[in-house]
Amino acid sequence: MKVFMEGSHAVAEAVKRIKPGVVCAYPITPQTHIVERLSEMVADGELAAEFINVESEHSAASVVLGSTATGVRSFTATSSQGLILMSEVLFNIAGMRLPVVLTCVNRALSAPINIWNDHQDSMAIRDAGWMQFYAENNQDVQDLHYVAYKIAENKDVMLPCMVCMDGYILSHGYENLDLVEQDVVDKFLPKYDALYKLDTENPLTMGLLGAPDVYMETRYAIHKTMEEVLALLPGIEKEFESIMGRKVPLIVEKYKTEDADKVLVGMGSVAGTIKDTVDELRANGERVGLLRIIAYRPFPKDVIYEALKDIEKIGVVDKAISLGSSGPLHLEISALLQEKKSAKSINGFVVGLGGRDIKKETVKEMFSLLDEETKAVRFIDLKKWYKEESPIMVLEEE
Amino acid sequence: MQENLFVSGHTACAGCGQSMAARIVLNAAGSNTIVTNATGCLEVFSTGFPHTSWCVPWIHSLFENSAAVASGVEVALRHLGKKDKINVIAQGGDGGTADIGLQALSGMLERGQDILYVMYDNEAYMNTGIQRSGMTPAYASTTTTPAGKLSLGNPRPKKTMAAICAAHNIPYVGTASVGYIRDLERKVKKAFSIKGPKFLHIFVPCPLGWRHGADLTDKVGKLVVETGLFPIVEYENGKLVNTMKLKELKPIEEFLKIQGRFKHLMKDAPEVKEVLEYLNGIVADNIEKYDILKK
Repeated sequence: MKVFMEGSHAVAEAVKRIKPGVVCAYPITPQTHIVERLSEMVADGELAAEFINVESEHSAASVVLGSTATGVRSFTATSSQGLILMSEVLFNIAGMRLPVVLTCVNRALSAPINIWNDHQDSMAIRDAGWMQFYAENNQDVQDLHYVAYKIAENKDVMLPCMVCMDGYILSHGYENLDLVEQDVVDKFLPKYDALYKLDTENPLTMGLLGAPDVYMETRYAIHKTMEEVLALLPGIEKEFESIMGRKVPLIVEKYKTEDADKVLVGMGSVAGTIKDTVDELRANGERVGLLRIIAYRPFPKDVIYEALKDIEKIGVVDKAISLGSSGPLHLEISALLQEKKSAKSINGFVVGLGGRDIKKETVKEMFSLLDEETKAVRFIDLKKWYKEESPIMVLEEE
Repeated sequence: MQENLFVSGHTACAGCGQSMAARIVLNAAGSNTIVTNATGCLEVFSTGFPHTSWCVPWIHSLFENSAAVASGVEVALRHLGKKDKINVIAQGGDGGTADIGLQALSGMLERGQDILYVMYDNEAYMNTGIQRSGMTPAYASTTTTPAGKLSLGNPRPKKTMAAICAAHNIPYVGTASVGYIRDLERKVKKAFSIKGPKFLHIFVPCPLGWRHGADLTDKVGKLVVETGLFPIVEYENGKLVNTMKLKELKPIEEFLKIQGRFKHLMKDAPEVKEVLEYLNGIVADNIEKYDILKK
């Protein structure tokens, strides 16, 4: 069914079709439209879930931990500070191998307080043991939610999964999209059947103390599963296409990279702007391309290497920065090519922090900087009033 | 004899009041119970992988979220249509409940969730080594409020957790002590006869942290009540409805002198006299507020 719909509502419609038994969240901009719509669906009897309002994101994550442990499919969503407040619980959920799904509506971190988009929130918890998939558009947003539950609840996986969508750009953006019918979703996503659960008929102790003789193996097991997920993804892509009648790329998307001299690597909605710019530059005879990474955790090393190994000039576009180092994606791409002994020129670009617009000009600047000295970090589109010599910003008129 | 649902073989210290209380609470609740447990002594000494003392479904997540995890368990049971058949207990120590977990607890109570929250109060962070909590009594010496040349120990009185929970106008709040096992059992059973959020504050002596003999747990658990320092009460829907009455009160010194954490008060000095007057003032307040004495 073709609809013209806001991204947040596309999430809510997807979640409705996924039929969680428990929905629990705490309001934070720009995530709110998702849970508002879900609460309306519950209030109108369209979604037979328990909707529970809690007093913090820490408790929201703890509630879905508890409900999932009791064997009920659960959903939560958050952004920014909310994700960071949840972070303690997020590590715990992964360690307990609970297949919770969370929508992260990506937003900058305070201070200064800023409600606009970048990827610093989800990047800050990249090591939590959650799978992370980044959506380019709202079709992706909807489709990735079906996929997230499908992978998380796979009995060979049993890991939580985060669908990352850019705040405002996607969450508040309206797009034409194909909304899947319920019976089609039911075919793709079976009912949740918990591998382990809190059940008085079969009492289990969950969340035990892991001393040095067992702890390391539990972490290795998560890491190993993450690697195995990479092998499962192509099969899920195929199954999705055969049932839904539409492709959903889950690992990477190569856009005009085959004959490219220069490739930008990025994640999320910025891919749309980069694709448009690639088209323009190619019309002028420049051989440029984009590698969009969709699965960030697990990190598809081999696929990325294959896509980049013959590219002369690579620029990694991060909407996040490991302050004092470089962008997180840049670090990983650099490490990957180093590991493969491939001495490429890999530039790192930090763009769009706190909702700073990323325009075609921004993208063109990055492509042109690939011809200059290789640098791990370049902040693009900094304002002129920022004085390099002053460690603390002083505002002056431009 | 009743079957134990919390079994021996765990690594609690000899005389641990918390382990006794936990066994009594769970046995009174019965096997149709799911327990969520905050990080703390009880969790650590009872669930070192691959062992467990728990014969009911039991889950530990973090320090401050026992009430929130239990909330998730409760809504899941509601969704499955099983809530009326299964009891949910959220439990934690005094630090995990009254300090770091207070927000999650308040949320659970305010949402009206059908859960019994049990706070095992051993009056300090015992799992990390006897550091002061918001439930540490006035003038107890702990490792972060040590008695010294310029200090007589913890300068603040205990947080009034039962009153704080009762102020949420929940159906049932009770206080209890391991010194009164039958009373504790009765309160757990009563709590589970009532739908909605319930809170039970249990006084559980810690021989290691309080520095008393492992054989004195029961005695200390009685003396705290007999001296008027810890009233045994019940609230229903925010109102005080019941108090354990005493014919007469024992002097507080009887409670203090058998515990090393109050050793610095066992001397004849003007500043100690002031402290004892202050502590007797707490008793006087309790007599008035909770009507402890039989008339």
